[in-house]
Amino acid sequence: MSDQRAERLLGAFACVVLLMIMLMVVSVIAKAWPSFAHNGLAWFGSGGAKTVDAQLADIFNSPSGAKNYVYELRAWPLLYGTALITLSSLVIGLVFALLAAIFIVEFAPKRLQRILEPAVRLLAAVPSVIYGLIGVLVLVPFVGNSLISTERKQDVIYVVQLSGNSVLVAVTVLTVMITPIMVALIVVALRAVPPAWTEGSAALGVNRWRTIWTISVRAVRPAIIAAAVLACARALGEAIMLSMVSGSLGFSPNPLDGLTFLFEPARPLASTIVEGAEGFSVAPFGQTMYAFGAVLLVSSLFLSLGAHHAKQSLRRYGLTP
Amino acid sequence: MAAGARRAPRTRAVESTATWRRSDRVALALCWTAGIALCAIALAIVLFMFYKGIETLRPALLADRPAEDASQREAGGFLDPIVGTVLLTVMGTAIAVPLGVATALWLVEYGRPRALARAVESGIEVIAGTPSIVLAIFGLAFFSQQIFSFLSFTAEGNAVFGRSFFIAAMMMSFIALPLVFGSTREALLAVPGHVREASYALGKTRWATIRRVLLPSIRPGIATGTALGMGRIAGDTAVVVILLGATLRLDAVGEAPIISTLKGTGSTLTSYVYNNSPAGEGNAYDKAYAAAFVLLLVVIALNFTVDLIARGRKGTRWT
Repeated sequence: MSDQRAERLLGAFACVVLLMIMLMVVSVIAKAWPSFAHNGLAWFGSGGAKTVDAQLADIFNSPSGAKNYVYELRAWPLLYGTALITLSSLVIGLVFALLAAIFIVEFAPKRLQRILEPAVRLLAAVPSVIYGLIGVLVLVPFVGNSLISTERKQDVIYVVQLSGNSVLVAVTVLTVMITPIMVALIVVALRAVPPAWTEGSAALGVNRWRTIWTISVRAVRPAIIAAAVLACARALGEAIMLSMVSGSLGFSPNPLDGLTFLFEPARPLASTIVEGAEGFSVAPFGQTMYAFGAVLLVSSLFLSLGAHHAKQSLRRYGLTP
Repeated sequence: MAAGARRAPRTRAVESTATWRRSDRVALALCWTAGIALCAIALAIVLFMFYKGIETLRPALLADRPAEDASQREAGGFLDPIVGTVLLTVMGTAIAVPLGVATALWLVEYGRPRALARAVESGIEVIAGTPSIVLAIFGLAFFSQQIFSFLSFTAEGNAVFGRSFFIAAMMMSFIALPLVFGSTREALLAVPGHVREASYALGKTRWATIRRVLLPSIRPGIATGTALGMGRIAGDTAVVVILLGATLRLDAVGEAPIISTLKGTGSTLTSYVYNNSPAGEGNAYDKAYAAAFVLLLVVIALNFTVDLIARGRKGTRWT
């Protein structure tokens, strides 16, 4: 094969990939458009006469004929559930991942290090459905039977049923899922810090913790942000595990409820799409699902962009591994 | 001398944490806690799954097809889901590997025009960040069009179903693509420039260099990416739930021997677990544990392969 033809062939493959990506963005947004167009900005708002689940049921049962389609939706409880679960597990996971990464790089004895690194890789590779299974068959019954008292259940019985499928379990399992991703990325970045920097600090009499905290961690801050952003994208798109443990109820947990808040159910966007899988043939319902997908897609686009920028500033210091 | 081996003993011998400030010692303790906790969680999950798996896995489960009706409690195993996982993984990688390797080769070795190269690079980053559920619904929208009716079955009234092994495998390949692309590119960038120049100096074209010099030397990198991608495909549930139909058995469409299965719907281990968990309709928790155990073994085996490849790679070194 001639060289030019090879270049063109390989280039064609690359163009196919690029084309599919653009097609994806355009077609998801185009499919989602009717749902946004009918609701305007109120789509993102709260309120409406009914709960989100009732609104979705109305859309699903809307009469046939394009003119009669029902689109009315106030998606706030779903957006709020997504943000609540994603951000809380991100914050907990980030602290945990940073400490664990410092431990692996700096303080862990060699033998423990040899166990920890495969353990991190394993945790990152376990399929989400297995996490979901453990969550729903072990943690949910535990929370439902042992942590939630009968009085607490009675208190809110007219508002929501507390079964153990809760924000608490969702955040716990999601934290376990996204922490290893962050640990792996932060470890790689910390290892790329030139030894001369930390050695210089140690030579000035700074202790090891101070050295790694003020020199290494500070130098890899962009990598930490990139790791957090990638983990956030992962958490945002997690559908199956959350639909198993989070209660599958379009409910907004209220922080003012005190401890009960932790035990209230919620349902993120991605899980809503999975649970609506069988309704895609109903046009308005399918379009509403695509609207959820479009929100996820656009947010993950922005997250990828953020991660890219963070990595760019890392490259400026010459710290790319 | 390795950096870690040089640094560790010296500082440890000189420094005792007794002289540290209290806040530093607290931080050190927190580090230890985080590390140990991570170990403990990994160990707990693996041990629990092994315990449950050994308790629930019976040879008959591997050989039986799922029960016909929704409830899996009484009868049925997960032969079909295992076949489905294997089919989907093989097909997905078969699409993703050529595409990923070709894209990486083009980007690193040719990469002109620059603007296109940059667009492809960020495009792949976008796919890597896109939730699999969004890929799934895109696949549904895209392949439900009339021209793709040959890929799935057509319902009454000419509506294309848009769910089949073909379609699921294509979307799965997008999940594996960034991993294959990433490790191929890394391997290519690790090949020093003078190796290419030596080949050009012998009068070889770029393409000949790629085929005879670069491809053989980046094979471990491609293999790593492939194994990682296979692990991701085998573990993904959202695409299966949306794009493979909701049938636990492999439902073939048409008469042709293999094509009919690939055009039909089915399930994989992940969707079997999902269906039999309290979230689904199967209601056979023991079987869900058994299937999850098999799935975990598959994923651990793939991870182990990656380790083996990484260990073997240390031998090939350019001078």
